[in-house]
Amino acid sequence: MSTTSVLGGVVKRREDPALIQGTGLYVDDVKLPGMLYAAFVRSPFAHARITSIDASAALAMEGVEAVYTIDDVRHLGPVLAQVPIGKVRPLLADGVVNHVGEAVAMVVAKDRYLARDAADAVEVDYEPLPAVVDLKEAATDQRKVHDDLESNILMTWEAGPFGDPDAMAETRRKIDEAKARDDTVVVSIEAVNQRLIGTAIEPRAVLADWNPGYGRFTVYSSTQIPHALAGAIAKTFGVTYNDVHVVAPEVGGGFGLKLNIYNDEILVAFASQKLGHPVKYTESRRESPNSTIQGRGWIATATLVGTRDGEILGYELHGLCDMGAYSQNFTVAIPFLGVFVASGQYKFPTHVKLDCVATHTMTTDAYRGAGRPEAIYYLERVIDAYARKIGMDPAEVRRKNYIPADAFPGAISPVGFAMDTGDYAKALDALVESDGYREMLAERDRMRAEGKLAGVGLSTYVEVCGFGPSGLVDLGFSWSEYGAPSAFSGSGLVRVNPDSTVTVIIGTGPSGQGHQTTWSQIVADQLGIPLERIRVIHGDSEESPFGVGTFGSRSAAVDGSATFEAAQKVRAKAAKIAAHLLEASEEDIQFADGGAFVAGSPDQTVSWEEIATVAYQPHRLPEGVEGGLEAHAIFSPANATWPFGAHAALVEVDGDTGDVRLLRYITVDDCGNVINPMIVDGQIHGGLAQGIGQAMFEEAVYDADGNLLTGSLLDYVLPTAADLPSFELHRTVTPSDINPLGVKGIGEAGTIGSAQTVVNAVVDALEPLGVEHVDMPLRPKRVWQAIQDAKGGN
Amino acid sequence: MNVNGRAVTADVEPRTLLVHFLRDDLGLTGTHIGCETSYCGACTVIVDGRTAKSCTMLAVQADGAEITTIEGLAADGELHPVQEGFWERHGLQCGYCTPGMIMSAVGLLSENPDPSEDEIRHGIEGNICRCTGYHNIVRAIEYAAAKMRGEEPAPAEWETQEVTA
Repeated sequence: MSTTSVLGGVVKRREDPALIQGTGLYVDDVKLPGMLYAAFVRSPFAHARITSIDASAALAMEGVEAVYTIDDVRHLGPVLAQVPIGKVRPLLADGVVNHVGEAVAMVVAKDRYLARDAADAVEVDYEPLPAVVDLKEAATDQRKVHDDLESNILMTWEAGPFGDPDAMAETRRKIDEAKARDDTVVVSIEAVNQRLIGTAIEPRAVLADWNPGYGRFTVYSSTQIPHALAGAIAKTFGVTYNDVHVVAPEVGGGFGLKLNIYNDEILVAFASQKLGHPVKYTESRRESPNSTIQGRGWIATATLVGTRDGEILGYELHGLCDMGAYSQNFTVAIPFLGVFVASGQYKFPTHVKLDCVATHTMTTDAYRGAGRPEAIYYLERVIDAYARKIGMDPAEVRRKNYIPADAFPGAISPVGFAMDTGDYAKALDALVESDGYREMLAERDRMRAEGKLAGVGLSTYVEVCGFGPSGLVDLGFSWSEYGAPSAFSGSGLVRVNPDSTVTVIIGTGPSGQGHQTTWSQIVADQLGIPLERIRVIHGDSEESPFGVGTFGSRSAAVDGSATFEAAQKVRAKAAKIAAHLLEASEEDIQFADGGAFVAGSPDQTVSWEEIATVAYQPHRLPEGVEGGLEAHAIFSPANATWPFGAHAALVEVDGDTGDVRLLRYITVDDCGNVINPMIVDGQIHGGLAQGIGQAMFEEAVYDADGNLLTGSLLDYVLPTAADLPSFELHRTVTPSDINPLGVKGIGEAGTIGSAQTVVNAVVDALEPLGVEHVDMPLRPKRVWQAIQDAKGGN
Repeated sequence: MNVNGRAVTADVEPRTLLVHFLRDDLGLTGTHIGCETSYCGACTVIVDGRTAKSCTMLAVQADGAEITTIEGLAADGELHPVQEGFWERHGLQCGYCTPGMIMSAVGLLSENPDPSEDEIRHGIEGNICRCTGYHNIVRAIEYAAAKMRGEEPAPAEWETQEVTA
């Protein structure tokens, strides 16, 4: 593929000049006249009854404007959730607290430091209650998390295939039959897919300003979903959608953490309305793990049955998923995304059953990958275990059980979902036939010969993203609960201005994905207008057509396609104008190099400047053509997209200390067509670091009382530059057939493909010692213990 | 103190953090706050020629110091080679850790003008990036190091990438 053409080529990012010079605007940078600062009083208990709140000392401090408790805001209702299954979060704790860090009161003061001092001066008396923290215990319902809910199990997702109980019964019968056969082997792994604290480096921040004269809120928020937030604020305060203007300026990392409506976003709006001043809240890093959603938190058993020659006959994934105390945006829907890909890229009968369980911990929700890394983790771990058991090459086992390339188009996964395009063996072959993979195997063998513990891990994956189809509204894929009942369609508006510059306005909410650059490329390619004359605007609920936001690797496939179609409409209209000016036929008009020309007569040209001028001087337009030159398009794809790939890792384990070193990492990812290879590679790099971070370092740990033991960055270990190697990236290109760009999505693929790749490599390294399983994260103590246990067992 | 070549005088509360003084009092919001504990490095600035994490330094401790923030790095409209490297090699995504990361890289290259990949990785260990996996940050610093030594930077990886259609 060319790396110089506008579409599919490398274009340096248009976002960067501001960001590398410190002039990018993030929410905490915004100051408004008379602005006040909010701080929160948070619960030190995981479960307790609040017996009294005394704010008198805080209110007596000079410069403290208000202290609010639930009594002040109960009338606004709870924090809105798009999937309100379970217990939704009250704006402030209402009588009881249900996790450490739950907001009990909000203080508003004239100064940032004073607000914090005042929050510390609020006295809250608690009567501690027993906390339900352990996921397995919670699932037994022996003790309830919420007295008023029937069960701690909030939802059970089951598929095999989804939505067809008779077929599922048949699947289960087949799997049981296969297990009962004498000539099959059954492999089972119970594994923890630990809780994670996503840790965007920018903590969340929100600034709300109610203007009584305009009757309108202006809200700056570090959010991935500005339009949904506008809807949620409007609905909560009983005003209309167009009474709320949400701006998401630069957003310093999202990863799903900012894909939620948060209580603080509502509460600063409330305080602003009450006090007549703008109010800002910026989360501290210490608060963040318990005030911003966490991710993952599964314990599941993956069981696979197959023949001794590598034919897999059935697969089961049965598990528990920790939802935390309150359900926020998607909470119980996240495991459902795991159901979508539970059978991976394979054709064998699959039965998946996941219980979503409440505990007295912080809410879990979407964190990069959201359900899909969990599902792929279990599948690719147990396939490796099976390959080891039957003594077959792990690549060969996978290849043998893939949905074949000729099943596309029209492939339906064993869990019941239609997939767009796929050629799984192509990506796997590109990986295992690469020089890098061969070198990894040779290096492993050489290290082993030297007496070292070295291992190579392999994983392949398919994921589902690019949501999505309008029809999925019935499954909850919509912002209906926020009073903005839009499907997850894409939107894009392309406007050629009278000076022939182009303004592109999109409804996404990026946090570093480079939309200004990528969207410029899409439009420049369609119109033949230079990139530097195109400006892309996003993250603004008022300026842009309704937009769904940025999450689930959806923006390019859905909003990019909408923008592509809008650009086509603009081009069609411009062609009419050019044809009129050139006295040629509309069908013969082509665009390039800053203007239009007549096919076959390249000297008959008219510049974009001229076309734009005429568009805005209606008397010069041909009959029947309206003035102006802009178009809006909504794109509703027929399906989600299904990227896939194959990853490999080489690790060395220090047998004395349990320390794991990641030495090499190779990927082959297939995200369909690529608009900007540089940006796509960057997304893969970042995704890998988060998947590898889960495999090796990161873990949110609660003690039995529900205290978060990893609440600071000293305790919650993030990968540093010194922990990671340079990554070796390759790609295959299997265009999607459900959007005009042929793109799929790449934001999450790196994460979905990587955790199990590293764990498989470590298990491969420890296999000579008899270790068959180690749970993530692969911290030295745990790996060392696994080695000791295996030695003890010999 | 002197900030980006300008003399600055102010009375501050003794507990005012340097980062809050830079951001709130001087309006230099390019320096970011990520953790308030010196761990993430988003707040890194250069104080008297050495990198410092301005979230755990009091403004009064910088009394009389010479401070350079991200806003003061480009000279006469010319990007610093490290800034240029980050742009040329896609060394940033969300941009939040970037000012601190760039200042750390400037500090690293002032001490070691020809660092190996390993030295770069250890040199920026005190700065956390959650977006890039550090891969392109390392490439960006290699680019800047070459430029500052007067050498031609290695070509970008995407110029040599293999794709299987």
